[in-house]
Amino acid sequence: MTMLHTINKSPFERNAFDSCLTHVKKGSAILLIEDGVYGATQGTAGATKLAAAMKDVAVYALQADVEMRGMQGRLIDGVKLVDYGGFVDLVTQHQNTQAWL
Amino acid sequence: MKLAVLVNEGPYTHQASDTAYLFTRAALEKGHEIFRVFFYHDGVNNGTRLTVPPQDDRNIVKRWTELAEKHKLDLVVCIAAAQRRGILDENEAKRQGKDANNIAPGFRISGLGQLIEAGIQADRLVTFGD
Repeated sequence: MTMLHTINKSPFERNAFDSCLTHVKKGSAILLIEDGVYGATQGTAGATKLAAAMKDVAVYALQADVEMRGMQGRLIDGVKLVDYGGFVDLVTQHQNTQAWL
Repeated sequence: MKLAVLVNEGPYTHQASDTAYLFTRAALEKGHEIFRVFFYHDGVNNGTRLTVPPQDDRNIVKRWTELAEKHKLDLVVCIAAAQRRGILDENEAKRQGKDANNIAPGFRISGLGQLIEAGIQADRLVTFGD
């Protein structure tokens, strides 16, 4: 079963990011939204874990939230940016959505 | 596709209410059906018509009301969460002996069964919260 996981909190604030990476299954996708986009910041411990997960899992970030925080160009390679329409598409393309709050 | 949205965070808290609104709008623009938006926990605070945000700020409650009017959305506020936080419609105000109600246009108060139904009826349930 393919699942879309959303993370909306920074890994520096909550453990939702770590919990998600522990549970995510191959073929699923992770979408970073709101403060969750900080999880993909280059050079951080979270990004190292995320890069490792990206072998099995597609990782996306909500472009508006990345830009709102001035994080464009500061995220690790391979994170695909989507707009709100892309968010909707990710929801419909996966069988389930799990929000890690 | 038929989508349902769950909002667990109040307005002007972090960003969940904004994200939920923008997601819902994008889904409607793409031609999807929004079966219901359910407001639970602090999310019920999205349903008071008494908010008066500064004029240069977004009006989160009004935005939901306008989207509901435009697309005939079913915006449901959880009754137990609403009563704890002082969100009342006319009937509930009367039943609880209160002198006023504050539910915003486009919202209705109902029970948790409405969330369960949304989870069953919709193809996807998307949660936004704190």
